[in-house]
Amino acid sequence: MPTIAHAALAAPVDLNGPGHYLNWGVIQISVANLVVIAVMVVVFLAAVLLPFPKGRGRK
Amino acid sequence: MSAREQPGATEPDEASGWTAAVRRRAVRALPPDKLLPDTQPRYMASWIYVFGVLTLAAFLVALGSGAVLAIQGPAWWHTSGIGHFFNSLHLWSVELFMAFMVIHLWGKFFMAAWRGRRALTWITGAVAFLGSIGTAFTGYLAQQNLDSQWIAVESKDALNAVGIGAYFDPMNFGQMLMWHIVLLPAVVGILIAAHLLMVRRRGIVPPLPLPGTDTDEPEEQP
Repeated sequence: MPTIAHAALAAPVDLNGPGHYLNWGVIQISVANLVVIAVMVVVFLAAVLLPFPKGRGRK
Repeated sequence: MSAREQPGATEPDEASGWTAAVRRRAVRALPPDKLLPDTQPRYMASWIYVFGVLTLAAFLVALGSGAVLAIQGPAWWHTSGIGHFFNSLHLWSVELFMAFMVIHLWGKFFMAAWRGRRALTWITGAVAFLGSIGTAFTGYLAQQNLDSQWIAVESKDALNAVGIGAYFDPMNFGQMLMWHIVLLPAVVGILIAAHLLMVRRRGIVPPLPLPGTDTDEPEEQP
């Protein structure tokens, strides 16, 4: 039996069936694309905020 | 014995001809230690500076996997296990290429990376981004499935509406495949090469200055 977390994650990333779409006025976006954009924003914020390991060869 | 013939002598490059002129200009613009530096400024120690080279790495994987697909052909990539693997490798490297490029774009936009005579670097990056969208579009058209047929039929109306349907026809599979594997990769590759050389020439853009300081170039940028 799938867990609740598995079921919650499975719906937005299942690309083998009809897509799920969100509508806001003239704007329409698939949930899959929205998830990708959200992940990119998270990666961007992590890249800005997380400390970078100090290496050699820096002036 | 002339200065050119003396071993170890510092010889002025006064040779004539267009090759010598191009050489002098190239070395003046990009001396070897600037073209292939072994150190980088301290402000580069941030993850946001990594996304340019991640984009380049994903681009090279897309080129390599695309070359394998071109050599083996669709009968191979549609039917064999290894063919499916390279087909997927090509798709996911492009997905990562676009995602890394957009994060790179966000980072450079918010640090105003066109400062310090870097406008052309910014412009070549932006045009390479647009070229990459065209390459991805023609790649979708080359999938040989219902998706690609649907995209071709839907997009032809938009392209006809802007008047370029006679020259760029998404319903013409052969033309779209040639755009995808020859013309657009060449354009994007040349733009990326120019972009990288400009980055080497002007140096990595420094962070925005703190309020109250009068310079935005903490490192010397000749």
